[in-house]
Amino acid sequence: MNFSEVFKLSSLLCKFSPDGKYLASCVQYRLVVRDANTLQIRQLYTCLDQIQHIEWSADSLFILCALYKRGLVQVWSLEQPEWHCKIDEGSAGLVASCWSPDGRHILNTTEFHLRITVWSLCTKSVSYIKYPKACQQGITFTRDGRYLALAERRDCKDYVSILVCSDWQLLRHFDTDTQDLAGIEWAPNGCVLAAWDSCLEYKILVYSLDGRLLSTFCAYEWSLGIKSVAWSPSSQFLAVGSYDGKVRILNHVTWKMITEFGHPATISNPKIVVYKEAEKSPPLVLGRLAFPAPRAAAGPLSSTESKYEVASVPVSLQTLKPAADRANPRIGIGALAFSPDSCFLATRSDSVPTAVWIWDVQKLRLLAVLEQLSAVRCFQWDPRQARLAICTGGSKVYLWSPAGCVSVQVPGEGDFQVLSVCWHLSGDSLALLSKDHFCLCFLETEQGVGTAFGQRGDHT
Amino acid sequence: MGDWMTVTDPGLSSESKYISQYTSETKMSPSSLYSQQVLCSSIPLSKNVHSFFSAFCTEENIEQSISYLDQELTTFGFPSLYEESKGKETKRELNIVAVLNCMNELLVLQRKNLLAQENVETQNLKLGSDMDHLQNCYAKLKEQLETSRREMIGLQERDRQLQCKNRNLHQLLKNEKDEVQKLQSIIASRATQYNHDMKRKEREYNKLKERLHQLVMNKKDKKIAMEVLNYVGRADGKRGSWRTGKTEARNEDEMYKILLNDYEYRQKQILMENAELKKVLQQMKKEMISLLSPQKQKSRERADDSTGTVISDIEEDAGELSRESTWDLSCETVREQLTNSIRKQWRILKSHVEKLDNQVSKVHLEGFNDEDVISRQDHEQETEKLELEIQQCKEMIKTQQQLLQQQLATACDDDTTSLLRDCYLLEEKERLKEEWSLFKEQKKNFEKERRSFTEAAIRLGLERKAFEEERASWLKQQFLNMTTFDHQNSENVKLFSAFSGSSDRDNPTVHSRPRQKKPHGAPSGSPVCTSKLTKSLPASPSTSDYCQTRSCVSEYSSISVLNTTPEESKPHQVGRECTNQKWSVASRPDSQEGCCSGCSSTHANAHVEKDDLP
Repeated sequence: MNFSEVFKLSSLLCKFSPDGKYLASCVQYRLVVRDANTLQIRQLYTCLDQIQHIEWSADSLFILCALYKRGLVQVWSLEQPEWHCKIDEGSAGLVASCWSPDGRHILNTTEFHLRITVWSLCTKSVSYIKYPKACQQGITFTRDGRYLALAERRDCKDYVSILVCSDWQLLRHFDTDTQDLAGIEWAPNGCVLAAWDSCLEYKILVYSLDGRLLSTFCAYEWSLGIKSVAWSPSSQFLAVGSYDGKVRILNHVTWKMITEFGHPATISNPKIVVYKEAEKSPPLVLGRLAFPAPRAAAGPLSSTESKYEVASVPVSLQTLKPAADRANPRIGIGALAFSPDSCFLATRSDSVPTAVWIWDVQKLRLLAVLEQLSAVRCFQWDPRQARLAICTGGSKVYLWSPAGCVSVQVPGEGDFQVLSVCWHLSGDSLALLSKDHFCLCFLETEQGVGTAFGQRGDHT
Repeated sequence: MGDWMTVTDPGLSSESKYISQYTSETKMSPSSLYSQQVLCSSIPLSKNVHSFFSAFCTEENIEQSISYLDQELTTFGFPSLYEESKGKETKRELNIVAVLNCMNELLVLQRKNLLAQENVETQNLKLGSDMDHLQNCYAKLKEQLETSRREMIGLQERDRQLQCKNRNLHQLLKNEKDEVQKLQSIIASRATQYNHDMKRKEREYNKLKERLHQLVMNKKDKKIAMEVLNYVGRADGKRGSWRTGKTEARNEDEMYKILLNDYEYRQKQILMENAELKKVLQQMKKEMISLLSPQKQKSRERADDSTGTVISDIEEDAGELSRESTWDLSCETVREQLTNSIRKQWRILKSHVEKLDNQVSKVHLEGFNDEDVISRQDHEQETEKLELEIQQCKEMIKTQQQLLQQQLATACDDDTTSLLRDCYLLEEKERLKEEWSLFKEQKKNFEKERRSFTEAAIRLGLERKAFEEERASWLKQQFLNMTTFDHQNSENVKLFSAFSGSSDRDNPTVHSRPRQKKPHGAPSGSPVCTSKLTKSLPASPSTSDYCQTRSCVSEYSSISVLNTTPEESKPHQVGRECTNQKWSVASRPDSQEGCCSGCSSTHANAHVEKDDLP
């Protein structure tokens, strides 16, 4: 496992191009495009203000940089560095901007969700979509880029509009039986749309592409409902994480629940492997004082090594007691993601923030639990294989695969606090993002992970 | 008692009135006395009685006391102490017999009373102890009762408390339920209110939005614009098309196409899955049929209708299925057939497996008993076979024995073999055979000896003849000479010695041994000999039964007697001596075992005699 040198970064804006050739990163108002392998700077663009959002077009030819404060979007071309485009939303303001799947249109959401403006890079034409709903996930494109599903709110009712992306024609428009639609998500095959209600009510609806309601699922009433939803890449399963700390998996044939994954705080089944991150104090160097100096004073060398230990069951995990009187309590399944082969499901229960649960979808049972020393910030599956990268905001990145898991110390000057990770398309490298730096981690072979069970990878 | 005494004194003086009074008094007094006696020990009682009686009767008042006693006794039902008075005038006489009888009876009564008293006392004691025991029991039970009552009270109290608690809890539950209901209704009302508020707010918000939209959009905001260096081509290289109804239809078509594709894809997948499942089913079925076919034969043998028919059905089904290429048929037509047949087979298999399970469990339960039973049947058969074989072998052995014995019989004496065959066991036969051979040898020896003896006798006869001749000649000489007797006597002795010497010469080795010991012929030696014989008996190799030895002893003794007699009367009975000599010689050859051999010889003789018996 090799690490690149550390580069500057702001606002965690670092993205691989969809074709995997380039890496775009932002430093304040500058956009830097590097070669993903050599990390040499290919292009450098300067925006008008601090960049708040970047997005590659699907064909990797353009990058849009959103400057929300100014209500501006700047688009840069990789092929023609001199080409430039600036979209000004004016007094309407800007809260979100994204590419259409064809890479020739930009969808800008104005402030107060007054409308969505569709700007075309090919023609002068501008389209407006009225009544977009201000919600968690109101815009979703199908994988093939043909259709856009949009959550709308009109006359205190939720609607979903399905538009054809090629000419922005409305294909279907239907109301959803929800109190307050919170999100919509296409299945990867682009034929089924899942729509779920806000957290006040547990309700998930499944619609066909032609707007027929396929199924409604409600696990319980009178309690906080759905917190997270994920489709399996095979479109076979729909995992629904809720505030009761359970993941329910629906199947694609009957849309009924197959199984229910609870997240108990104690694990007593001996079949479940519990990896526990254990701190390993560095070996004392001769001539140094025995008692450890305070962390801040000790400097970069003070970062303790850690490794995974297989804990013997029963294991009780650290749980947070949620504050009941605050909004958005830290309970429920906050994140869940299927592995690219749909064989594994990784979940995080917000009441047990230090643990990542990995479920075997084929056997429909818990496979492993990773208990970290600090709260899990984010995890992401390798796009090519069943390999999960986890970061906890510390100077380590953790990798899990069915063969085992490793904890890798990120080298470099100062504390490199990994706040986010981002896989390269090929799964060969991983971008580690900290607050103002990023570096690439190159995973040479899967051997390195497979064999180095519970060991620290070398970081030369 | 003293009181009673004072009363008696005047009473004794004369009148019958007094006496009647007296009797009444005495009637009272003995009872009181008795009660006192019960209280007192027996020894002072007797003393008291004595003193009382001594005081009661004095020289003067014998008559009165007697009459008093008579009266008393008669009142108690005893016969009168007086003899039957013939006349009223005549003075009645005391009947001593009656008195004695009365006394005896009284004593008997007294004894009885004492016994009864003792019994009563013991019973009393027993009852007293019983009473104590019962009282103890009673006390204990009372205590128990008390404790249990207390417990019961405690339990009742607890029960009451629990009931109270329960009631409270019920109340609480009810309250909670009410609360929940209330809260739910509150939540519902709040929700409706919230929704209502939300709607209102949203409407307001929408209005504001609308207004804002109008404001923002209608201002003809110059700022809202896009600056592009030059428009880029579309990704697919096509030009944008006009929006027309056509495009809409096309979009619809495309959508449906996509959906159709998806459904087709799914259908294909399902078909594939179905095909695989069918394959599995078919395979399973085949395997089941192959698995169940041996059973089928069995069941047919058993003529079990249910399974038999089912299996035949299966066979038919299998035939049909193999004939028709059912794979290509859609599921609906085949499904029922297939599933039904599979179900049937599955049922059969299940029952079979259950049977097996039952068997296994039985075996487990009964341990090895079942196996034992099974093996026992085999065992029995086997044992029967073996027994038969044994029988056959025995018969064969018998026939062989018979044949052998017949062979032996031809060789040996018919009588003896038959006897042996009849009377003795194999061992004995064996032993007897040995003995027989021994006897034979001995017989031979005897024959030899007899021959030698006859020779010796002949010689003796010759010698005697010579002697007679000599004697005749000597007598003639003497007669002629008429000399002294002394000479004759010495001659006689000489003659005797010559005789003995001649016999010694016949068998000198034999003669030397008996000389070391006492000669059998000695009259004093006979008891010694018997004792020796009894001693040597256990060591004797060819031991015969004790009775036999005893008989042999008796025989021997008789022999010894016989032996003594000839020696004593030898000079007188020469003719007999010759036969008896045989015996004495027979006993001689083996002096130590001689008695034994002798006895055995006698035994043999006895046998021979016995043989003659049947």
